[in-house]
Amino acid sequence: MASYTDKAGRPIVVVTGMGLVTSLGQGKQDNWAKLTSGTSGIHRITRFPIDAMRTTIAGTVDYLPKSKSTAPDLSEELATLAAEEAIAESGIGGKGTFPGPLFCAVPPIELEWPQRRILAQEAAPNAPVSYDDLLRAAEAHGHDAWHERFLYGSIADHLADRFGTKGQPISLSTACASGNTSIQLGVEAIRRGDCDAALSIATDGSVTAEALIRFSLLSALSTNNDVPEAASRPFAKNRDGFIIAEGAGALVLESLEHALARGAKILGVVEGVGEMADSFHRTRSSPDAKPVIGCMRNALADAGVDPDAIDYINAHGTSTPENDRMEFTGMSAVFGERLAGIPISSNKSMIGHTLTAAGAIEAVVSLMTIANGRIPPTINYEIPDPAIPLDVVPNVARDAKVTRVMSNSFGFGGQNVCLILTGEPA
Amino acid sequence: MSNRRDVWITGIGLVSSLGEGPEAHWQALSSGARPVIDESGFAPYVVHPLAPISFDAQIPKKGDQRQMEPWQRIGTYAAGLALDSAGIKGNKDILSTTDMVVAAGGGERDQAVDGAILTDIEKQPNPEVFLNEQLQSNLRPTLFLAQLSNLLAGNISIVHGVTGSSRTFMGEESSGTDAVRIGWSRIAAGTSEIALVGGAYNAERRDMLLLFALKRLAMHAPWAPVLAEPKGVPTGSAGAFLVLESPEHATARGAKPIAKLSGVWSERARRNEPGAVEAVLGELLKTAGATDAEATALFSAASGAPEPTQAEAAVLARSGLPVRSVTDRVGHGLEAQMPVALALAALCVAEGKLFPPLDGETLEKPFDGPLSRAIVTAVGHWRGEGVALVERAD
Repeated sequence: MASYTDKAGRPIVVVTGMGLVTSLGQGKQDNWAKLTSGTSGIHRITRFPIDAMRTTIAGTVDYLPKSKSTAPDLSEELATLAAEEAIAESGIGGKGTFPGPLFCAVPPIELEWPQRRILAQEAAPNAPVSYDDLLRAAEAHGHDAWHERFLYGSIADHLADRFGTKGQPISLSTACASGNTSIQLGVEAIRRGDCDAALSIATDGSVTAEALIRFSLLSALSTNNDVPEAASRPFAKNRDGFIIAEGAGALVLESLEHALARGAKILGVVEGVGEMADSFHRTRSSPDAKPVIGCMRNALADAGVDPDAIDYINAHGTSTPENDRMEFTGMSAVFGERLAGIPISSNKSMIGHTLTAAGAIEAVVSLMTIANGRIPPTINYEIPDPAIPLDVVPNVARDAKVTRVMSNSFGFGGQNVCLILTGEPA
Repeated sequence: MSNRRDVWITGIGLVSSLGEGPEAHWQALSSGARPVIDESGFAPYVVHPLAPISFDAQIPKKGDQRQMEPWQRIGTYAAGLALDSAGIKGNKDILSTTDMVVAAGGGERDQAVDGAILTDIEKQPNPEVFLNEQLQSNLRPTLFLAQLSNLLAGNISIVHGVTGSSRTFMGEESSGTDAVRIGWSRIAAGTSEIALVGGAYNAERRDMLLLFALKRLAMHAPWAPVLAEPKGVPTGSAGAFLVLESPEHATARGAKPIAKLSGVWSERARRNEPGAVEAVLGELLKTAGATDAEATALFSAASGAPEPTQAEAAVLARSGLPVRSVTDRVGHGLEAQMPVALALAALCVAEGKLFPPLDGETLEKPFDGPLSRAIVTAVGHWRGEGVALVERAD
């Protein structure tokens, strides 16, 4: 009988259910087939006019009923679909009841332009429109439902109602590391003994015209507009920015003891989580990569394993010039000369950068990589960057035995979170 | 849960309409000063404006200040006060292991740009293309960073060097409760030694009032005490951060506790069920030890939204304990409200006494006895119930 606790004497935290939605499709199987065949989900934007846009491509999810609705509506639908898949696979709880808390990473939420325009038209001032006009219209015209819809907490609240999670759900953001943070909070709660199970969801359906423009103004986005599916080029010399995208990932986390007691199938183990904030700059990483190095080492230490134990890295790999160079620098310091022999790939080459959702999506893909013994490629790797020589599993999936994955997520605001994932309890 | 450690509050940073720092707040509260309100600047709404603050004192670089919206400046300033109060400001060794949990909403929009677009957009042959063009040429590139929720934490890392870890919770009032709860839980469980937890809110902005106005929940003038007459949310600009620390870590560096944070609990009543808020809050208070408690006061962080505040007031009245409304004194700071209320509760417990009642807040009764425990109640204007217990450390 395996021990229920890890080397540090803490409850082992396992994954018993996973769900995925991305621009590639709905559900794990569809996504896996496309990820391993090197298919891109990036396409020309049709959700809003792209006139005047410097970037005209994205990995939006356009095939859902809420795809044309507000960001919180679509984000909630994405999260719901991912969580339904994860909970169904896990078989945990009962209809409308889940025996643990919800940790939900959500994108920025605020009233959007269609609502502002309606308020302005209702106010119809005979002078330039001001927020005082919008305030008057808001009080007079009965838009009560917008209040709840545009609260930060409403997505997680609705999910908590639907799935019957316990207690007050936590809505969170650590920018592009949010997905990993949603998993980290669940792992910590189970290790503390606060709960036996937790539902971690990260969702992002926030590609609006204004969101695209905001990232564009920060020069973060690729402008390789001509061939959308070839625009995301992590680690390639001709990379020029990330591709904004949408999706959701969900994981059912449980203590090993709880999972085995109910006869659940174990899909993987969250062996370690590491975190370290960067105080260098609001959007740029410390040039010496020290926080990223510290984050990776913290994750390894938390898992109680040496760098030698990692045999695949699911990179943050955004395809921005700076991130990919910094990530290389960090991995070089942690893995030394062995780095050249470790396969590293970026799911973002095909999915794009799903921002808030990325960490959870990539954790799901990492565990599928272990389970299937097959590594999804980094596509669009046509021109290697000699400054950052890596085995990025270029362009074609590779069969390989993978036992332990490091999955990296870094975000604006100095956020860094790394996960160590394995297939089976040690 | 038997192996839980004590958690000390070793630093408090607080700014509000009453001023900055514990002394200014204690002085205003203990003298029975009336709340500072602005009933004209955002008419017809009531807001509690931030007291004049010299941000340079905690955010010395003008460049940093320019990169922030007011809510981030308020929070970064309050965080600096908390680090000063704990005696760890500039201590790189400790700050690099300090865990941070921040409760945050989003930043202010560029209301001039929005207004200009809305004035002309319906006259355009293609409104959406017009919108793209206007945003592309008129949005400040750095504004986005001043709006992102997690960039308050990011600014605290940059300005003060807090880098142990950084997490941002969202979700209105409950995010403040859970930010403190998670920071507390990790120290109590022995997986963290020191944490900076808190939040900030800028009430002096019409785009935030708009969110409340959609459901007619922002308090209209004239101002009224929220427990006696809950007629809307009187928002208040405020920032509050606490340094939480294990007794071992604090003792090793010679730091003394201001008070003990003995527990934080959060729940989620199903508000469409009649009586749910009262039942949930009643249970939380029982858990926090409000029954037959001596030398204990209740600090209410009530929002002023009619239904949940009526429910909270009913529970507070039944407790038989002395009650003080934090919201009456400094307004309601949404995500920041639990941290603000905890800061004031810890301050009073450290002083060992309660400030006098406010005229018109009929639930508040005089209490001259010694104060050794304070229980904060935080019922969200829309969702989320929370309770926290502060006790004297000696």
